[in-house]
Amino acid sequence: MTKLRNNKAWWLVLPMFVLVAFSAIIPLMTVVNYSVQDIFDQNTAYFVGVEWYQEVLRDTRLHDSLIRQFIFSFSVLVIEIPLGILIALLMPKTPNWKTSLVLILLALPLLIPWNVVGTIWQVFARGDIGLFGWAVNALGIDYNYTSNSLDAWLTVLLMDVWHWTPLVALLCYSGLRAIPNAYYQAAQIDRASRWAVFRYIQLPRLKSVLVIAVLLRFMDSFMIYTEPFVLTGGGPGNATTFLSQSLTQMAVGQFDLGPAAAFSLIYFLIVLLVSWLFFTTLTYEREDTAQYKAVQHNEGGS
Amino acid sequence: MQTKDMSMRKLLGLILYISFILLPIYWLLMMSFKTNEEILAQLTLWPQDFTFKNYITIFTDSTWYMGYVNSMIYVVLNTAITLTVALPAAYAFSRFKFVGDKHLFFWLLSNRMAPPAVFLLPFFQLYSSVGLFDTHLAVALAHCLFSIPLAVWILEGFMSGVPKEIDETAFIDGYSFGRFFIKIFLPMIRSGIGVTAFFSFMFSWVELLLARTLTSVDAKPISAIMTRTVGAAGIDWGLLAAAGVLTIIPGILVIWFVRNHVAKGFALGRV
Repeated sequence: MTKLRNNKAWWLVLPMFVLVAFSAIIPLMTVVNYSVQDIFDQNTAYFVGVEWYQEVLRDTRLHDSLIRQFIFSFSVLVIEIPLGILIALLMPKTPNWKTSLVLILLALPLLIPWNVVGTIWQVFARGDIGLFGWAVNALGIDYNYTSNSLDAWLTVLLMDVWHWTPLVALLCYSGLRAIPNAYYQAAQIDRASRWAVFRYIQLPRLKSVLVIAVLLRFMDSFMIYTEPFVLTGGGPGNATTFLSQSLTQMAVGQFDLGPAAAFSLIYFLIVLLVSWLFFTTLTYEREDTAQYKAVQHNEGGS
Repeated sequence: MQTKDMSMRKLLGLILYISFILLPIYWLLMMSFKTNEEILAQLTLWPQDFTFKNYITIFTDSTWYMGYVNSMIYVVLNTAITLTVALPAAYAFSRFKFVGDKHLFFWLLSNRMAPPAVFLLPFFQLYSSVGLFDTHLAVALAHCLFSIPLAVWILEGFMSGVPKEIDETAFIDGYSFGRFFIKIFLPMIRSGIGVTAFFSFMFSWVELLLARTLTSVDAKPISAIMTRTVGAAGIDWGLLAAAGVLTIIPGILVIWFVRNHVAKGFALGRV
């Protein structure tokens, strides 16, 4: 759609801008302010430059938590994106009450408060009172997420898969629904295999929703806080302490304002940087897609 | 014959996955009807000693049920504020080019990428200094930072699907902008509005970190009150489960209303 050039449109954006600026810019400035000063009380503060940044970048506990965070986020993507696509392919295509029911059941984990998600798995995975923990133990596997760090880590991962795969599945489902039937008919005439249909028709058409899915899942898993906090409290040891939890400990627990602020900014920059990397690599073949869209437009028109 | 096999396998896969989703929820539901003695004594798939005691505790103790009321208040407030400011903004983004529009849009989305933990302390200080601490408005405003970017993004997608000729025709027919927007335009994108409201509601309802930090007594959300079940005698599992089950219900009600638009809405109106 061609857009009109009109600067009066700013009046429509203004209320939103003022509101978001109040909640975003003032706090962000506060963080920047803290990150370069050593604050003793209301009136005494010293400018310390980049000292806090150096301290944070040297902190080995934060290195560990950053590495854990990256491993976790990538495991989440590697499991949830293919699984989500698979679930979307399994879903019924005709819109009727059964499809609505499946959609609602799928969306269910997304509607549960995050601390309750933690609670659900805290109960469900316990060896003594939870079905899952009990079943795994009954299979002869020694499993206890409160004392074994690997078990704890896997439980957090399983919880995240349970919690967020439906989002990927619903995104992909809506992408699949938008593929015109003519594509499938053409594939049938060409006797395309099931795999060929997926690889050359469905996957390319899913690209735009997959970009959204990868970005959302990366950002949100990188900021995960509440669920592991409730489930394991970051333990045993530090096995499931991710970045948000380290930050909260630092800011609210120990009240180390300067380092916490410096850490916050680094954290935010990492999220922005990786999101930008994902976005540019995933949309890299723009020219191909543009050509593809042009072809498809002609087909639609004829 | 082959296609029938395929659909059977598909159905089986789907049933398996949905049981994976429902099993933990089922376990929570069953636990909420059990007494603590039964929960701790043995593993039972069905409550042997069916009881409503846990629910009665919640509905008769004002510190418990006020948690739900507080949560509902700030969630509704958040949804209302988000829609009010996001609708005109999304219209501007979908129809006009203006100075700094691309930068503004990117800046808006970058807020969605900010970890809530980063804003924890500054929010606390900002809202304390303007006297908003421990009010529903404080939580609603804090949540707006994350729900407005998403709302503008979704609404812009839906609005771009409405041909511009409709606006032009309406203006030629003598509609003022306000009347056109409310009488003609908004009804055309009502599924988009429904989906946006659903997303704002959902984000605000499930978030805990900010809601807990910005409140102490008067506006304390249910998710913070749930930590009360950890007492000196250990965790009151039955009560915790009942409180958890009650937090799932509003979400189910809301998704029921937007069920027909969910598929489109999850793709942010872009397919």
